[in-house]
Amino acid sequence: MEKENSLLDQARRAFFGKVAAAAAVTVAPGMVLYQVAQAKPAAEKVTDKVRWGMLINTTKCADGCDACVTACETEYGWGPESEPLSAPNQRAQWIRKVKLTDKATGYAQTLPLMCQHCEIPPCVDVCPTGASMKRVDGIVLVDKHICIGCRYCMMACPYKARSFVHENLTDQNVNAPRGKGTVESCTMCVQRVDNDGIPACVEACNAENHNAMFFGDLNDPQSEISIELAKNGGEQIRGDLGLNTGVRYQGI
Amino acid sequence: MKKITFSVIEGRSGGYLALLGILGAFILGALGATYYMEHNGHHVTGMNNQIVWGTPHVFAVFLIVAASGALNVASISSVFNKTAYKPLARLSGLLSLALLTGGLLVLVLDLGRPDRLIVAMTYYNFKSIFAWNIILYNGFFVIVGVYLWMMMERRMNKYTHAAGVTAFVWRLVLTTGTGSIFGFLVARQAYDAALMAPMFIVMSFSYGLAIFLLVTMAAYKWTDRPFGDALFSRLKNLLGVFVAGVLYFVMVFHLTNLYATEHHGVEAFLLRDGAIYTQLFWIGQVLLGSLLPLLLFYHPTWGKSRTLVGLGALLVVIGGLIQMYVIIIGGQAYPLEMFPGKEVSSSFSDGVINSYAPSLPEVVLGMGGIAIALIIVVLAVKVLGFLPNSLADEDVDPHHKAS
Repeated sequence: MEKENSLLDQARRAFFGKVAAAAAVTVAPGMVLYQVAQAKPAAEKVTDKVRWGMLINTTKCADGCDACVTACETEYGWGPESEPLSAPNQRAQWIRKVKLTDKATGYAQTLPLMCQHCEIPPCVDVCPTGASMKRVDGIVLVDKHICIGCRYCMMACPYKARSFVHENLTDQNVNAPRGKGTVESCTMCVQRVDNDGIPACVEACNAENHNAMFFGDLNDPQSEISIELAKNGGEQIRGDLGLNTGVRYQGI
Repeated sequence: MKKITFSVIEGRSGGYLALLGILGAFILGALGATYYMEHNGHHVTGMNNQIVWGTPHVFAVFLIVAASGALNVASISSVFNKTAYKPLARLSGLLSLALLTGGLLVLVLDLGRPDRLIVAMTYYNFKSIFAWNIILYNGFFVIVGVYLWMMMERRMNKYTHAAGVTAFVWRLVLTTGTGSIFGFLVARQAYDAALMAPMFIVMSFSYGLAIFLLVTMAAYKWTDRPFGDALFSRLKNLLGVFVAGVLYFVMVFHLTNLYATEHHGVEAFLLRDGAIYTQLFWIGQVLLGSLLPLLLFYHPTWGKSRTLVGLGALLVVIGGLIQMYVIIIGGQAYPLEMFPGKEVSSSFSDGVINSYAPSLPEVVLGMGGIAIALIIVVLAVKVLGFLPNSLADEDVDPHHKAS
């Protein structure tokens, strides 16, 4: 009798175990999705309470390192392979490494240059259709659906941050609906930022242990970027234009 | 002064058909070039991510500027009441509409997404001078169209002055807008100048009248209608004043830049070190496009030769295209100054003179714009009475005394 009971218990335990496992397999993804959804509801509006920005310490930016550029290429699928027919000066570059040498002293440095996400962006001012636009959180984007490919924004940008797609593209990355005949540029990894992530270039720079790039909320005095800016300052490229760029540099 | 009579041209001669055929061939070529460029993408052109506006823009902006200037003769007649110009006012209005059509077509067909023209017409960013221009161009068609109607419909003649004044003001605003496309580019060393707007207006006077003079000469020669020496001479002298005016503005523009140290780099590039752009500026724009025409127009004997004056007007047109090339392409060739005092290099052509070579399809598209403008005129003068039967001096000028 006892033996029978023991067998029954074992079978019962096994049964409950399977049920529990099945329940876990069924419910867990839902829980994960629920958590993701809770993190930032898609319907939640972008707010002007934050202003996303970047700070680049050029003294930490290593000559010869292009981890930020490679990360951006991978994230968005631009680069020589995606535009095989275009000449090198026709290919898109969302971010590039620029080398500077002081004419008087010979002091050399490098820095990454991309869309500076201006508070008053000339590209947005000149765009006839409004395809060039700035989100309230400071990120400057191109609406690919209403860009007519006039390239006036490229004429207006003081940083040459924008590229025009010169040929048909295939197998575009889901993060970046790139297309022939439209203009594109750095998006400050808006899809990452909206999910509480950081831009791919910053992540790559940190992964290399260079830590030359900070990302954060310029409006939040407690953010790492604001504290660093308050402590050590940060320059705007072409600050004379008064555009109040969202990307700042130290050491230039 | 006799009453002016207008009549359509017969338009059945071999020469007329040949002209249509030649212009048609250019237009077909332009359509083919457009298909080729749009199908493949702009990688088949000489344009790139540094020189983003290429040869099509040179032709397009030239034609749009010239369109406003082609209205000169009509304005002088309707706004300033100069009777001698009145017979030519209709042709002046027609030519301005035709040139604007040609220029806009080239501009639109060079867009990355010309299929989205409807977007450009339905989405407006009112801070964009480009968006304003779209409104100004469309308005120009309507206003000059109405102006032509007032001139050509006898019952409406009494409104000609009002329509003429409206068109005159509108075209000044329009060319201010075109010049401001460049004037408002604050970040570019070669542009960013308020002077661009008035300079473009004087350029429009010059280009537009040069084309108008050539078209009138051709039309009257090929249809064997008289074109009086006195009227011809007035138009020629006026064109000379405009050419000198453009030269003055160009001189002031560069002198002002030369005074400011921050502009020395771009000025040295355009005026001295810019290789092709420097040559185009001095030889093409200044010598062939301005000084030589002035010599031809005002020389005591050459100025009386229709052939040489016609050559002068043609040189003004070619010089104008060259001027546009220097402004648009040369201005972009000079690198953006982002880091003063630093030598700059990158994989994206930072700090170097940007290279550009016009490709054949771009040139063919631009030529197509000119052909479209001309074919509109050629067809219109066969359908409606744009051309007076006579431009003989005694027919057009009440004060003319045969000498």
